[in-house]
Amino acid sequence: MAILITEQTRVIVQGMSGRIGAFHAADMIRHGTNVVGGVTPGKGGETLLDRPIFNTVREAVAQAGAEASLIFVPPPFAADAIMEAADAGIRTAVCVTDGIPSQDMMRVKRFLRRYPAERKLRLIGPNCAGIISPGKGFMGIMPPHIYLAGRVGIVGRSGTLGYEAAAQMQALGIGVSTSVGIGGDPINGSSFRDILELFEADPETDAVMMIGEIGGPQEAEAAAYSRDHMSKPVVAYIAGLSAPKGRKMGHAGAIVSAFGESAQEKVEILAAAGITVAPNPSAMGQTMAMVLARHQAA
Amino acid sequence: MDIHEYQAKEILARFGVQVPRGGLAYSPEQAGYRARELGGNAWVVKAQIHSGGRGAAGGVKLCKTPDEVHAFAATLFGRQLVTKQTDANGKGVYRVWVEGASDIARELYLGFVLDRKSERIMIVASAHGGMEIEDLADKDPASLCRMTIDPAAGLSEFQARELAFQLGLKGGQIAQMVTTLRACYRAYRDLDAVMVEINPLVVTGAGDLVALDAKMSFDANALFRQSQIAELRDRSQEDPRESTACDHGLSYVGLDGDIGCIINGAGLAMATMDMIKLAGGEPANFLDIGGGASPERVVRAFRTVLAHGDVSVVLVNIFAGINRCDWVAQGVVQAYKEVGLTIPVVVRLAGTNVEAGKAIIKASGLPLISADSLAEAAAAAIAARPPQPVAPHAA
Repeated sequence: MAILITEQTRVIVQGMSGRIGAFHAADMIRHGTNVVGGVTPGKGGETLLDRPIFNTVREAVAQAGAEASLIFVPPPFAADAIMEAADAGIRTAVCVTDGIPSQDMMRVKRFLRRYPAERKLRLIGPNCAGIISPGKGFMGIMPPHIYLAGRVGIVGRSGTLGYEAAAQMQALGIGVSTSVGIGGDPINGSSFRDILELFEADPETDAVMMIGEIGGPQEAEAAAYSRDHMSKPVVAYIAGLSAPKGRKMGHAGAIVSAFGESAQEKVEILAAAGITVAPNPSAMGQTMAMVLARHQAA
Repeated sequence: MDIHEYQAKEILARFGVQVPRGGLAYSPEQAGYRARELGGNAWVVKAQIHSGGRGAAGGVKLCKTPDEVHAFAATLFGRQLVTKQTDANGKGVYRVWVEGASDIARELYLGFVLDRKSERIMIVASAHGGMEIEDLADKDPASLCRMTIDPAAGLSEFQARELAFQLGLKGGQIAQMVTTLRACYRAYRDLDAVMVEINPLVVTGAGDLVALDAKMSFDANALFRQSQIAELRDRSQEDPRESTACDHGLSYVGLDGDIGCIINGAGLAMATMDMIKLAGGEPANFLDIGGGASPERVVRAFRTVLAHGDVSVVLVNIFAGINRCDWVAQGVVQAYKEVGLTIPVVVRLAGTNVEAGKAIIKASGLPLISADSLAEAAAAAIAARPPQPVAPHAA
């Protein structure tokens, strides 16, 4: 079953006519993702990669039955694209765009609350690598061949560090149910906690690898959720032990500005909640292997 | 993006915050002239640099005569002011702000920040101003009042009034505080700020609310629609290596170690630095080459990293998704030839087109050190360093 995306999910790409959108849409189709069309305002009626292009997301929902959208729209227009998807009834949107103004994201989050739970949009990202259920489908920019299909969920802020974890696990024969990049921005659609909830409820996921970094309160919230509500083991790594305080490390959200936001403090909070923290970024796979073995023995 | 105090005061005054009368000076002579022009019998002379803690660092002085203003300003211009918020090099003083001294009855703290938990703009205020907010949070956390603002409704008058009463203001000060709060909120919202801080906000002897200091910082991602804010950028206050890197699409932060890092992705870059540190080394920098990096961008990354004088080895760690290992490998080979590298380079490639990338490295015949994993790469970089001088206490 995996979470968020399976081989059945009907996916559209907002911004499919762009160079990047077309490149990744082609890759997604090649790997079996059920891409049913694209949306580019003004190019409705055209065809690309044998898929119809629509002017609006609403048309894509009505005519192609779209339920999920991958958004490759430049930063000035990305917030509007997310709100368009939400209003058209899309249930899962993944936004790859890096550089969306934080007040735009504040407005987006407020806007999403307008809709009742049964038709509410779940936003993943922005500034993320996307989501992949290996062997089933993916929405994003990751290299799909580094993921072995299996039963461990991955959730992380960083794209490349998520690849690193998947590759380490693949080398040890540990497969992935779904990998979710929640993105490096200060305000994002889904938090670590939101994704842990989905993995906890997914019968095809046995354990979760969570990859956090400096800045923000989300790792601590996830730790409390894992301690109080999860039966499945969680392994974590927090990047940025060597990052100086008050400096932004690449991601807009990777900055230590308050108590509890440094890597050291987060590691302590996670360990206190019973989460096994990998001692270094090269040991994410081994730590997961150890925890899985311990869990199976118990 | 940060701006100077005097610029923040001008902006906030436009939105309705009361600020002291003052003038900007680019020379000691101008500073003295400004004091005469403003009139009065006491002036505060303030070095304009992008950092807090200027007072404790000797960048602010109360002067009693225009000659004293001139003399103090003369000590500031051209000086590198080191505060507890800057690095050891400090920040250069090229502008000085002269303003009429205020008669202070009370000092308050007022800040607007982006609260990541509520995902809203949050007001943080305290009846005790003048200290750094971090110290205030340490010494007297109960004195901090916090309030979040619903972006759909904006800051309501009742909220502003509640806060004014909580801070112990009375009479006409309540209305002035409401005006001040709403002005700051509108400036924050309309100009895509990420931080507005007035510390201290003072009640004068006459009972008026005046912003004695002001700090504003803006969302770099929103500058495309804030051209008048983008114009306020002052490159003299930036680390030249970081601003040059930024101009070339690289995200760079200079650090104190000797292992230069060239990596793709912010998370992997931080993790690689962690790995170096855990293996007993010190990273010289954070550098993310970004997605879709061309060989030229890789060469530029080498130049940026090597501009740091103390680099003794370079570690390239690429896990390509949207990037291509063959392009990166071409860039490394090109950099080796163009930049005239004499120090060891460790290269770890993984992901998209990894075989093609490794083949290019191998075929180049250059003395590049290949590594297959993150741990191997860090260990190889540390091993490739020239022998380190032994610290005296370790002997």
